[in-house]
Amino acid sequence: MSKMTVEVVTPERVVYSGEASMVIARGVQGDLGILPNHMPLVTPLKVAPVRIKTDGDQETKIAVSGGFMEVHGEKVTILAETAELPEDIDVDRAKRAKQRAEQRLNERQPDLDQRRAELALQRALARLDITNSL
Amino acid sequence: MAKGMREIKRSIKSIKNTRQITKAMKMVDAAKLRRAQEKAVAARPYADKIKEVIASIAGGTNGFKHPMLETRPVKKTGYIVITSDRGLAGGYNGNIIRKVIQTINERHKSQDEYSIFVIGRKGRDYFRKRNYPVIEEIVGLPDSPSFSQIRKISSEAVKLFADGQLDELYLCFNQFQSALVQNPSVNRLLPLDQIEGETSGVNYEYEPSAEEVLVDLLPKYAETVIYSALLEAKASEHGARMTAMGNATDNATEMINKYTLFYNRARQAAITQEISEIVAGANAQA
Repeated sequence: MSKMTVEVVTPERVVYSGEASMVIARGVQGDLGILPNHMPLVTPLKVAPVRIKTDGDQETKIAVSGGFMEVHGEKVTILAETAELPEDIDVDRAKRAKQRAEQRLNERQPDLDQRRAELALQRALARLDITNSL
Repeated sequence: MAKGMREIKRSIKSIKNTRQITKAMKMVDAAKLRRAQEKAVAARPYADKIKEVIASIAGGTNGFKHPMLETRPVKKTGYIVITSDRGLAGGYNGNIIRKVIQTINERHKSQDEYSIFVIGRKGRDYFRKRNYPVIEEIVGLPDSPSFSQIRKISSEAVKLFADGQLDELYLCFNQFQSALVQNPSVNRLLPLDQIEGETSGVNYEYEPSAEEVLVDLLPKYAETVIYSALLEAKASEHGARMTAMGNATDNATEMINKYTLFYNRARQAAITQEISEIVAGANAQA
């Protein structure tokens, strides 16, 4: 099976770098499955988990926010403002963030920044998703 | 004479204590400088990649217009000034603040023509005290700041520019050249100059479209530039402090040597005097 290299980079560091047989990410227009030899592509990503499939059933999940993906030949580069592996995530904190965001969205105060609360909720959901504690 | 000796001894001790502190600070900042440089290097791939993608979009689509690429008549200018939270870094803060003030005085007549975003306690105190129009400030950043910690300034500044409330945005910080040399610089960040990077020459497919990808990427790029400037400024700060403290340690050593010489001379003089007094006394007896 052919392989491609995958890199997940944030402004602070390289979060993930390795080989993969498939990358599944949520682009702004829907989910994308990238296999080796995909045509060159650039797309912004939604706040969501990115799944990187390596040999067989092995799968690495990364919670990505504010990112975009570049596919070029045998190389997939994901640039993101934040990218976290499951072991980097504080589950309790994410749960609290989720509650807070939901509460804010339910209150529907006019002066509240709805957009920010929605993004916070998405980030919390993505984090909880990849730690399997949703 | 004996009193003079005691005073000299006291100053030697005091200078030795100071030297111990400056020496420790020098070593701490040498270690921090190395870490700051590593951080700055680690941030590079991200910035390079964004630049590359933007360059290839801008190169592939002709006549594309975006507010961040357009030069408008300048009515209001924004300055992002990066200083440190703590002093004892030689001319680090003084240099950059002087440069900013000089630029402002040259270009503007009234305070309505510019706004200042400031990072670092030293700069904030300076501009606040003199009633400069500071609209956003961040103090107390750790030695290795994260991207999210400066978003308050970076996204705000970029947003104000995109909304047309600012027509230019300048980035003012100490560029890192080496541990000994830091250049205070004032660079224009927005509107972006023609971005020229290495284009890989491939024809990408853009989803949803090249324009929309660019609209998404340009603010990100501007924020990344601000972040890397901050990392560089941190490296400069540690370099400046390391050099300043190194000089202070050298000066202290020199002073200790000088005072030790004085002390020994005074001691010698006191002994000589005592002997001559005893001899004179003995002679008088005889």
